[in-house]
Amino acid sequence: MSADMIPLLTKALGETVYMVVVSMVIATIIGVPLGVLLHTTSKGQILESLAVNRIVGAIVNAVRSIPFIILLVAIIPFTRLLVGSAIGTTAAMVPLVIAAIPFIGRQVETSLKEVPFGLVEAAQSMGATPAQIIWKVLLPESMSSIVAQLTTVIISLVGESAMAGAVGGGGLGDLAIRYGYQRFRPEIMLATVVILIVLVQLVQFVGNTLAKRLDKR
Amino acid sequence: MIQLSHIEKTYDSPSGPVKALKGIDLTIERGEIFGIIGLSGAGKSTLIRCINMLERPTAGKVIVDGQDMTAMSEKELRKARKNIGMIFQHFNLLSSATVYDNIAFPLRLSHTPEAEIKKKVLPLLELVGLADKAHQYPSQLSGGQKQRVGIARALASEPKVLLCDEATSALDPQTTRSILELIQDINRKLSLTVVVITHEMQVIKDICDKVAVIENGVIAEQGTVLEVFTNPQKPITKDFISVLLSNELPAAFRGGEVSKTPLPGAYLLLRLTFIGESADDPVLAGMIRKFPEIEVTMLFGNLDQIKSTPFGRMIIGITGPEAKIQEALQYLRQQDLKEEVIGYVRRHDSTSD
Repeated sequence: MSADMIPLLTKALGETVYMVVVSMVIATIIGVPLGVLLHTTSKGQILESLAVNRIVGAIVNAVRSIPFIILLVAIIPFTRLLVGSAIGTTAAMVPLVIAAIPFIGRQVETSLKEVPFGLVEAAQSMGATPAQIIWKVLLPESMSSIVAQLTTVIISLVGESAMAGAVGGGGLGDLAIRYGYQRFRPEIMLATVVILIVLVQLVQFVGNTLAKRLDKR
Repeated sequence: MIQLSHIEKTYDSPSGPVKALKGIDLTIERGEIFGIIGLSGAGKSTLIRCINMLERPTAGKVIVDGQDMTAMSEKELRKARKNIGMIFQHFNLLSSATVYDNIAFPLRLSHTPEAEIKKKVLPLLELVGLADKAHQYPSQLSGGQKQRVGIARALASEPKVLLCDEATSALDPQTTRSILELIQDINRKLSLTVVVITHEMQVIKDICDKVAVIENGVIAEQGTVLEVFTNPQKPITKDFISVLLSNELPAAFRGGEVSKTPLPGAYLLLRLTFIGESADDPVLAGMIRKFPEIEVTMLFGNLDQIKSTPFGRMIIGITGPEAKIQEALQYLRQQDLKEEVIGYVRRHDSTSD
């Protein structure tokens, strides 16, 4: 192991964590309401509106069908508009967020679908408004499942963040490609892979524990 | 208290519109327990949901406590619903909230201060006998306890009406009994109007004052439970009752020819129904003393209760001189009971009985 490895790895890990955490937070803030919208506007639900549901659903599907590496370069003009530059860690977060939002939306929709309609009906019979049903019934009842789904999203973001190297985003994936692959340093390649494995295990463990604690069923 | 007039409900289905309710008229008085019985698919669940507008009727009027529910805006409706508690077959409790929080739920919806919530929830926990379970989650409770939480939650906003949608159908017989007793108890204590939807005649018989039988989206028959039980008109009603009250002839008489005119060696079979006080009268003993020439054989008998009214049923066979039989029949007709002549039937020699 050479002396430059530790600082390289620490810096890359820091970049990966930064990209994943910040993108995840932003994507969650937008993605969860998107999931609520997808669920509540579907047939028979509290805000049923099939037109809205179909249009939003189509957009979500469209974004989700673009491979991440293509999305990364395809939206460069938009990224530049938004953060002033198309390269660097912050710039890499734009495509990460855009890819994660529809993903979270669908995952949250799936979680909300698991809430028995009887609970919604019971809340309606007590005079709950649609907002109260969302905040006091749908979200609390599916929280455990949402946490489990978001864990999956975080893990896929870790994977996608590795591709952010393509726009100079840095991070572990970037390090593995530039040093491990292009400079023939297999030990760096190996180290990044090990760190990624540990990172993903850790995220999954925390996610599972939290989901389990929230599950009172 | 509740008035339904000409309620219709049509659903759109892939195979065309389906009429679930075809013009229902019902009046439910203040303070009574009104049962609606029907087979699954008869429309009873849709009907009870029309009372609090969880289902909006396609046509007709729903009046609850003087207010026309069908004419209300969503906002007015939400307010009106706080006057109508509802409990469900599958309880529909929040799994992520404790017993206490479940009962507090409707109060929090209307932004009641926490101190006041506590003052309301604790007595409700006492009322339903779950004071020691306040901080448990629904998953830790039995079915009966979950329904008790459901009842407490429905009562939290102090409603005037309680709708019970198959509230005991997922429970075992003992638990059903205790839940029904609780419903009866709160009906008396809080003079609450209760509407019960069920497919079990036992539920109707145990707690209801009046009953409506619903079949294919129309009311087949309605009246006081006593009337309907003692004098059912429609086949569907007779079916429901037969589950509880055997109307069959004893095996030795079954399958034989039933004659309207006397047959040699035949018994005249009568079905007698005693209601209320008359269930205690020694009518048969009196008849036997008065007409010593006839022989009376008791073939079937049972004494039961409809809500709190004693209700006795009996099938007897009379043999003897025809003239005396007719006199005895006259005598019975003068008594305070209902008699129904089944006919003259020969007992067949079956050793299997």
